[in-house]
Amino acid sequence: MAELSVLGTDEVPIHTDADVVRVRQLVRAAAVAAKLSLVDQTKIVTAASELARNTLIYGGGGQAVVETVNDGRRRGIRALFRDEGPGIADVDLALTDGYTTGGGLGLGLSGARRLCDEFELDSAVGAGTCIQVTKWTR
Amino acid sequence: MAQSAAASQVLVKTGDEMSLDTELSRLLQILQVHEEDLLSRWTEAVSRQLRGRAVQLEVRRELTEIWNALRAGVAMGTTDAQSPAFDELRSLLAELSRTRARHGFSPRETAIGVLALKDSAQNVLDPAGDGSGLAELYREFLALGRLVDELEMFTFETFAEARERVIADQAEQLLELATPVVKLWDGIVALPLVGTLDSARTQVVMESLLQTLVDTGSAHAIIDITGVPAVDTQVAQHLLKTVVAARLMGAECIVSGIRPQIAQTMVALGIEFGDIATKATLADALALALSQTGTDIVRRAPRRRPRDS
Repeated sequence: MAELSVLGTDEVPIHTDADVVRVRQLVRAAAVAAKLSLVDQTKIVTAASELARNTLIYGGGGQAVVETVNDGRRRGIRALFRDEGPGIADVDLALTDGYTTGGGLGLGLSGARRLCDEFELDSAVGAGTCIQVTKWTR
Repeated sequence: MAQSAAASQVLVKTGDEMSLDTELSRLLQILQVHEEDLLSRWTEAVSRQLRGRAVQLEVRRELTEIWNALRAGVAMGTTDAQSPAFDELRSLLAELSRTRARHGFSPRETAIGVLALKDSAQNVLDPAGDGSGLAELYREFLALGRLVDELEMFTFETFAEARERVIADQAEQLLELATPVVKLWDGIVALPLVGTLDSARTQVVMESLLQTLVDTGSAHAIIDITGVPAVDTQVAQHLLKTVVAARLMGAECIVSGIRPQIAQTMVALGIEFGDIATKATLADALALALSQTGTDIVRRAPRRRPRDS
């Protein structure tokens, strides 16, 4: 696989609802600049919205890193969400549709995985959670 | 600098406040002699910071008022910025910083108003700039500096308060603005949603929709999400709750404005709206609601007077 180059990086702390909105706007702007299709823009923005809110609600706040990347053939948007919250005890269970420990629909995490091309979840109980998603242009 | 900070600490510790009062009032008397020069320099410094965003004449008038209020306060024998002697000065500064805040000036542009007095006074008394003119006035300047710092703090607090009020007002206005419930037809109301649908807004939206349903006696509501850029699980959940609440009141809801990209995203997310009617456009939703209420809209035949429906 070709070398991955990062074309632009933005970092946003996530501590309030307003920060979730900011992440969403940032991802949308990056997705438009990377010339993702309207459907793909909406998908990555929605996924980022879910993950940012998870970072806020379940992770107790953290940060988002939004990058425009190029793997040599195509451009993409890569978003990383990091928190130092309680972590996810059972990742498979958390990724099950309809499972929630909050009051939500239980579709955010599993849905975000379906909305993106690549999805990496790294979590340790007591140490926090780090999720990275990527959406490529077609 | 370090020396003067240390000196001021010693002064505080030894309770030497009283003598500073007389020294400040002496300094102001000296400055009063050079009033014209001082005000010119002061105005110049402030105007430079504001970069033409305020009329120089206006700035000079403001500063003259501040200067006079400052002298009046000191004449009452105190350097305590919180004392009643400075009531007038504080209200002048409060007014100034509120105006600045409302007109979108930066904290620096607001702070310079009082702060520039120190530099201007120094320049007036020490035109050579080598400190020779100030050698005898060390304690006097210490007193002035302390008072100006206090006033500065006060200005900044007022500025921050005013800014926060502006933000709070705007947030409130937005909440109200963004949730108009409009009557489309007899028995049909529409709620065009624009922007982000968070918990606070959903509450307002739901309240105003349910209230309008009662007020207008409508049995049909159309929630249009054309202006909602992304429908995530939280937005969907809020929508579902609103629809269920309306149903409990006997009203049927239609969700419209579901564009292709939103539809695909919702499918990928796994959101299901169940038996809630959804439409791509507000027009389609209105047509559905009309047919549900048994209303037919007939295109008028050419060249014949139509009967008004």
